[in-house]
Amino acid sequence: MTAATSIPIDDVILVAEEITKNYGGVRALKDVTFTARRGKVNVLVGENGAGKSTLMKILSGSEQPTSGRIMLEGTHVSLSSPRAAQSLGIGIIHQELSLFPNLSIAENMFAGREPRKAGGFVDFATEKRLASEVMQRLGQNVKPTTLVSDLPIGQQQLVEIGKVLLEDVKILIMDEPTSALSNHEVDTLFSVMDDLRKQDVTIIYISHKLDEFRRIGDYVTVFRDGRLVATESMTKTDTSWIVRQMVGRDPNSLYTRAEGTPGKVILDVRNLTAPGAVRPVVRDVSFQVRAGEVVGIYGLMGAGRTELMECLIGSRATIGGDVLIGGVPEKKATVRSRMRAGLALVPEDRQRDGLVQSQSVKDNIVLSILGKLSRGGLLGTKAPSKVAAEQVKGLEIKISGLAAEVTSLSGGNQQKVVLGRALLTRPKLLLLDEPTRGVDVGAKSQIASIMADLARSGYGVLFISSELAEVMAMADRVLVMAKGQITAEFAASEVTEEALVAASASDTILEELA
Amino acid sequence: MKVGNTAAPEATSSTAGARRRLTAGEVALWLLRGRTLIVLVLLIIVFSLLSVDYLTQSNLISMTKHVSVNAILAIGVTFVILTGGIDLSVGAIAGLSSMVAGMLLYNGLPFLGGVVWFSVIFVVLIALGVGAGVGAVNGIVITKFGVAPFIATLGMLYVARGFAQIMSNGGTFPDLAGTPARGNEGFHVLGVDSWLGIPAAVWIMVVVAGLAIVVTTRTPFGRRVFAVGGNERAAVLSGIPTNRILISVYVISGALAALAGLLLTSELAAAYPDTATTYELNAIAAAVLGGTALAGGRGTIIGTVMGAFVIGFLSDGLVLIGVSTFWQSVVKGAVIILAVVTEQAQQRLQKTLASRAQAV
Repeated sequence: MTAATSIPIDDVILVAEEITKNYGGVRALKDVTFTARRGKVNVLVGENGAGKSTLMKILSGSEQPTSGRIMLEGTHVSLSSPRAAQSLGIGIIHQELSLFPNLSIAENMFAGREPRKAGGFVDFATEKRLASEVMQRLGQNVKPTTLVSDLPIGQQQLVEIGKVLLEDVKILIMDEPTSALSNHEVDTLFSVMDDLRKQDVTIIYISHKLDEFRRIGDYVTVFRDGRLVATESMTKTDTSWIVRQMVGRDPNSLYTRAEGTPGKVILDVRNLTAPGAVRPVVRDVSFQVRAGEVVGIYGLMGAGRTELMECLIGSRATIGGDVLIGGVPEKKATVRSRMRAGLALVPEDRQRDGLVQSQSVKDNIVLSILGKLSRGGLLGTKAPSKVAAEQVKGLEIKISGLAAEVTSLSGGNQQKVVLGRALLTRPKLLLLDEPTRGVDVGAKSQIASIMADLARSGYGVLFISSELAEVMAMADRVLVMAKGQITAEFAASEVTEEALVAASASDTILEELA
Repeated sequence: MKVGNTAAPEATSSTAGARRRLTAGEVALWLLRGRTLIVLVLLIIVFSLLSVDYLTQSNLISMTKHVSVNAILAIGVTFVILTGGIDLSVGAIAGLSSMVAGMLLYNGLPFLGGVVWFSVIFVVLIALGVGAGVGAVNGIVITKFGVAPFIATLGMLYVARGFAQIMSNGGTFPDLAGTPARGNEGFHVLGVDSWLGIPAAVWIMVVVAGLAIVVTTRTPFGRRVFAVGGNERAAVLSGIPTNRILISVYVISGALAALAGLLLTSELAAAYPDTATTYELNAIAAAVLGGTALAGGRGTIIGTVMGAFVIGFLSDGLVLIGVSTFWQSVVKGAVIILAVVTEQAQQRLQKTLASRAQAV
């Protein structure tokens, strides 16, 4: 045992020592030493991109660390593949379910490792018996022949857990397992976790929801910017301590704020509602954005922020409410009509929604104004190049030339290409969905100052962020969303981390409202 | 470097000097990009060595005339493929337009108990309109009802061919020469006549190709076609009317298919319902040979035209040297597969070189 800890050896089941992980030039984990305590619920928290998921991928064998080693029960182990990790007793439940909805519970649990009878045929009787047993252990009385698609999402999650428990699992990693669950289902899950803990199973639990993990966790470990910043026994912490660790104490000098005086109302959203599979993804949302104002929307994943943006730009159908742009109701609600009215969206997923990968930087930038650039129906070569060059200069996009393939750019520069294209439509209000996701720190600060400049020159800016520090530093006003609703609104002067976190996780308040 | 070596054989022996050192992967890339033209030149060289009749003026003209029909079909299909779709109905649309023209010239249009005769120019316009209309139906079924292009146009293949047969009950409209009394003479101009020694069909192909090049490279519509094929979601968020673009490309494809049908009909001076059967496959093959990516977003009209030339000059050459039709089929198929293999090699090499340039 070489770990630099004073914990009794018997209490420690796994140590990841001095783990570093690089993705290309990006350092996702920097020299992290993480200790998991035997038979406890070890909670991992941190903002998106802080490195928790990367560490979990390494512990479950789906990624290899660039350097560092993993000690299981005091011996050095190699987790070269998910299967290798499984055989050592490490199981993982991913945030997204990986089940076959068209197959039964039993078939799902044994997919790829079906028990065999003589002649190589599948032994369905054994499958069903074992599946049934494991579901009993999880407190579920369901037929193993039930189709997974017929189960509520909470039970599907339990099937996923059951799949892992079928193997002799010593360490169970759970990556935000409650994000899709109702409160009642969370209670069930927690009692299952409690039982597992009593059976001496070690649980590593990733979560964003402070109020939830404080109920179940024994130890909490905080990640920030790829580093492990603190580990503490849950009883010795409080919410504000955890938030302080997550955000860092230094006031973030990275971001600039416009600090202008807001002008006229540009965007007025009234009682907007959009349907979803289970509940409305956007429910009864009302707010305003003024000229010269930067408004941030904070919330957890699945809170309905992206869906709200989609409703605003017209790519998602609504079933109620009005969107007024410059005081005029925009009823047509198509992307084109909303863009004509003065909105432009920079989407969250650049690769999927933003860029035309097969085209050059120039073609990508001028895509939104091809009609305006043509003379007598024909496009020259000069006008598009000139317009694109202006955007490249104005936004400081680093490229080898206008003809460079857009895929050869870094994340931050790609983001600026999409931003430049949106700006060319001369919008009154810019919608930015996670504008700084997946870009490096330098580009983050540049994008922030671009947003502040835009606000100063009279644009309205509405942006989504999952990072507390960012949203607090950049926004003049912060809206918080949870479960499709706006649960709180703060002015820049009155916003605190605790208040944002509390409002973004306030399931209970919402449950009462509903 | 490795890619260059594995890919080069298609660029073949005559360029071995440039290939030997390949210090620059660029040389290989350049050869790969120009592969359709290189193959075409090689074809001409090889066949003219095998047959003295191949490289004669009359043979070149007659081969080019054969090419023109497929090239026109393939240009239309290229528009569709650039958006990431496919059009399997062009052969059937050509057949249908052929029958529409045949019926109007041979039987006239029954109207209020009498018969209306149209002049040739109107017959041509109506037939083109029918092709464009069928294309519009394709586009609407695909965009508004969300049917996959493969299925929608496969269905239309049967529907259009069926209607072509219904119009004559399966028979042929012979003798489309027209009479002075009906005022519908002159249909032979399209497929039979020549100007400056070059058949009208070839001139028409040149005009269609020229227009298509301008449209794809120089107009907002053309650039939007590429954007929709490259990333439809990004195109939507850039304010591009994607449905309108998609419907338009099927209209273009349908209208050009009708034009090809008219050329075939005019040449034969007769319309029969099986006109241009399976021509859609030759058209798609020409586009693919010319470097159009089936995934959309990548391709050129000039490439497609050269692809059509390769297919046409290859088939006619094989006929000329007496290779059986069965073997012709084998060779044609192999060439198409080889084209896509080299296309992949080009993409990989391009990526390698780009990332190397990035690293420098």
